[in-house]
Parts: sequence; C-alpha cells; structure tokens
Amino acid sequence: MRDRLLSLRIISLVILSLAVIYFAFTQTSTMPIQYTMSYESDGVNSEPTAGKAAPSAELIEPLNEQLLISAAASLKDVLQEIAEIYKSHTPGVAISFNFGASGTLQRQIEQGAPADIFISASPKQMDALESKGMILSESRTDILQNRLVLVIPANADKPASFESLFTVNRLALGDPASVPAGQYGEQVLNTFGLLDLLKAEGKIVLGSDVRTVLNWVETGNADAGIVYATDAFTTEEVRIVESAPEVSHDPIIYPAAVLAKSAGIEIALDFLNFLFSSDAAELFRQYGFTPLNEN
Amino acid sequence: MDYSPLWISLRAAILSTLIAFFLGVCAAGLTQKTGKLTRGILDAFFALPIVLPPTVTGFLLLVVFGNNSVIGQLLLQVGSGIVFSWPATVIAATIVAFPIVYRTSRGAFDQVDKELLSAGRTLGFGEFDIFWRIQLPLAWPGILSGIILGFARALGEFGATMMVAGNIAGRTQTIPIAIYSAVQGGDMETAYFWTAIISFAAILMIWLINLFEPR
Repeated sequence: MRDRLLSLRIISLVILSLAVIYFAFTQTSTMPIQYTMSYESDGVNSEPTAGKAAPSAELIEPLNEQLLISAAASLKDVLQEIAEIYKSHTPGVAISFNFGASGTLQRQIEQGAPADIFISASPKQMDALESKGMILSESRTDILQNRLVLVIPANADKPASFESLFTVNRLALGDPASVPAGQYGEQVLNTFGLLDLLKAEGKIVLGSDVRTVLNWVETGNADAGIVYATDAFTTEEVRIVESAPEVSHDPIIYPAAVLAKSAGIEIALDFLNFLFSSDAAELFRQYGFTPLNEN
Repeated sequence: MDYSPLWISLRAAILSTLIAFFLGVCAAGLTQKTGKLTRGILDAFFALPIVLPPTVTGFLLLVVFGNNSVIGQLLLQVGSGIVFSWPATVIAATIVAFPIVYRTSRGAFDQVDKELLSAGRTLGFGEFDIFWRIQLPLAWPGILSGIILGFARALGEFGATMMVAGNIAGRTQTIPIAIYSAVQGGDMETAYFWTAIISFAAILMIWLINLFEPR
C-alpha cells in the first residue's frame, strides 16, 4: 500500500515536471537559428526563411521573422521603444534584445552567440569583431554619440566634481576589461590624475555593465559613479554633478553592424536602416543621445 | 600578476568558516533539545542559504545590509557601510558555509550513542558537560568534515559575494570573482591560472574530508 502511494507520487511528480518543461518550450522562443554560408556579396539576397525547422511555438501566433540584437546596456530603454515603433510599421517581426556590456557581448558573439545585429558603446569591440570577419563590413555605421558624466545619489551633495573624487569612499565604475563606460571613465580619471590613487586605496567598485554602476549610485551603495549622460537621465534617483570634458576621453561613438552569421540578414539590414531614420533619431535625441549619420 | 584574490579569498574563507563553525555547532547542539516541530522549522530556515540561488541570497543581504536599509544606515554612522567592503565577503561566505556546518554537525551529534549520554547523566554530568565532554569529542570527526566542506563552499562563493561585496580589485575581488572578471575581459591566462588554483584547493579539500570521515 505504501509502495503504491510512493510510486503514485513519483509518477505525478514526473508528469508535472514534463508539463512544466513543455510549457517552457511553448511560451518561449526556441526557433533554431540556421547559419547561412558566409556572405561575400551585398547581403541583400538572403535565402528565404522556408528552411527553418517548425517552431515549437504552435500555441502562439506564427512568426515570420526573428531578430536578436546584442546592444550596449546604455541603449536598453531607447532601443526597446524604437523596436515597438518598428514592429508597428512591420508586423510579423519578433525582436529580442540582449543587453549587456559591449565587451561581454563581443565575447558572446565570438563564441557563437546567434545575434543578428551588434551595437557597441565603443568602436573597440566592433573593430575586434570586424578583424575576425564576423560582421558585414558594408553595414557598419556609426549611429550615436554620447557623453560621460559623474553622478551621485540624488539626496547627496558630495562629491561635487571629478577633481574632488579623492574624497569619495566608493566610486562605481564599469569594469574597464569589458565595459566601454569603464574604459572611458578610466581615461577621465587619468586626465584628472586620480586613477592610480583611487585604485591604490581600493575605492573603485567595478560593475559588470554601466546600468549596474547606475544602480549602485541610485541605491546609495556607491557614493559616486561614472555613467553616460543618457543613463543618468533614465532615473530621478541620481544627480549629475559634472560632465566629463570632451578632451578627457576618446569620443564616445556607438557603431552598429549586421553580423555575418545572421540568419535574417535582410530583415536585420532593414531594422538597421530604420535606426537611421528621422523617427528613430528623434527618439534617440529625447533620451539624450546624439544621432549620427541620420538619413 | 595580481595575487590579491588569493589572500582575499583565504581571509574570507577562513574567517567565515570559523564563524560558521561556532554558530553551526552551537545551533546544532541547541536544536537537539527542541521538539520535532521546532527542529523541523529551524532546519528548513538554516538550510535556506544552500537551497536559495546565490543571487537571491546576495540580493537579500543587500536589502538587509545595503546603505538604504535600517542596518545599513546604522553602519554608515560608524563607518562607511558594509556593502562593497571586505567584511561583506566574510558575511556572504559565512551565510553559505553555515548551513553545511550545521547539517553535518547535527548528523554527527545524532550518530553519537545515546546510551553514552545517558551514562553521563547517571554520573551526574550537567547537560553542558554532556555536550562538551562526551558528545562533541565523539562527533568531532563528522564535524571536522563539515568544517572542511563549509570551507570549500566559502572559498567558491560567487553570486552572493558579487552582489554584496562587489568587485574591488585588491579589496573584495575573491578568486571566483577574479575568474569571472578575467573571462569577461577576455584574459584567459588569468582565468586559467585562478581556475587551476581553486581546482587544486578543491581536490585538497576532498582528500582531507575523506581522511577525517568517521569510519
């Protein structure tokens, strides 16, 4: 009797687990990405997507196209809004975003991440991918410019400038190894002669992307942080105390490109084009970016 | 090559294991006396850090100790707060090592022959003496393997440490965080180096645990 109860319980547990797994597949997107041969041509003549395996997503509306965009963390809010506008123009396209530090995204792509478009916060990461032949060079264009700022929690009043950063307890900075904002930030700190000092005193907390840095300042866990102006604008919990002088760092340029291994090059190019349209440019401006190469 | 992660990791792991040892053994000893229901509840509560994802543990620590919290504000008065400091690495490591020491100690205490404890009582030993002079020495091999396991866990703690102690080179960058940072930055050599160190330490731990396992 006890054995039967036990086996009943085990069987129901197994059935429940299988049901959960089944739902996990249907509610998320698992359409297999098929890699096309590397493109030498203009990239316009992509194969029709008829070869895609039947998606496991029969329970939701059949999708024609899917785009995966790996983009710098600072673009999170603005790109999601732009994607909504694009989707209203172009129904049947599902756009997923993979936001993170540009260096991390670059490594993911190098390791085979199936992204269609890559937008980084610095030319460095794009150069690295280009040198490995992983992007469609003809599609690479600089799309945005940004500024670097020093922020403190909204209810604080110190430090009030880059110069006075030596008084800080904890300065949040993106990890320069993978976060462009951290790379630019180090350049600024160097210009002010503070980088070595702050490092030696263990006052710099490294964040894995610029939004983490922002969050630490928002929550008061860091006394100050170096983020993009556009990040600071997304929240009321921080105050900008100083804008980094343009000469103190490399120009903050965001290049965008379609990736060579993309399974939907045509649609990717179309979306990329849309990013240069005046609608998108207007939205970028609202968020504090400076659009470049606007159509 | 910056060797500070080694010292930071060792400091955090040793201190946290010491604290977890005291807390774990005391908790195990005390919960023996409680009724079945209380013990069940306490067991579940103490086991939480093992069962919860480390990021959740870290998040909860942040909520409790962060600069915005009640405790955090108090700590700010006396210093610069606990978040993003090396004590935070100890706290995170202690929280994850404690359940391990607790559980193995409980198991070790349970294994001790109850007859011996009763014999102690007939000899007039007080409860504390029974614990301190009979139960603890007999349970010691099991407790020791629990300590070593807890140390290994503390050494490898990543998620909670990242969230509450952050990544400060030379202050809170433990070995697992250094590996993560190195991989993020594409510095494979450094990643391999620290991975080798930690793997070697892990093998050493397992060997030690086997050595001290009660027969």
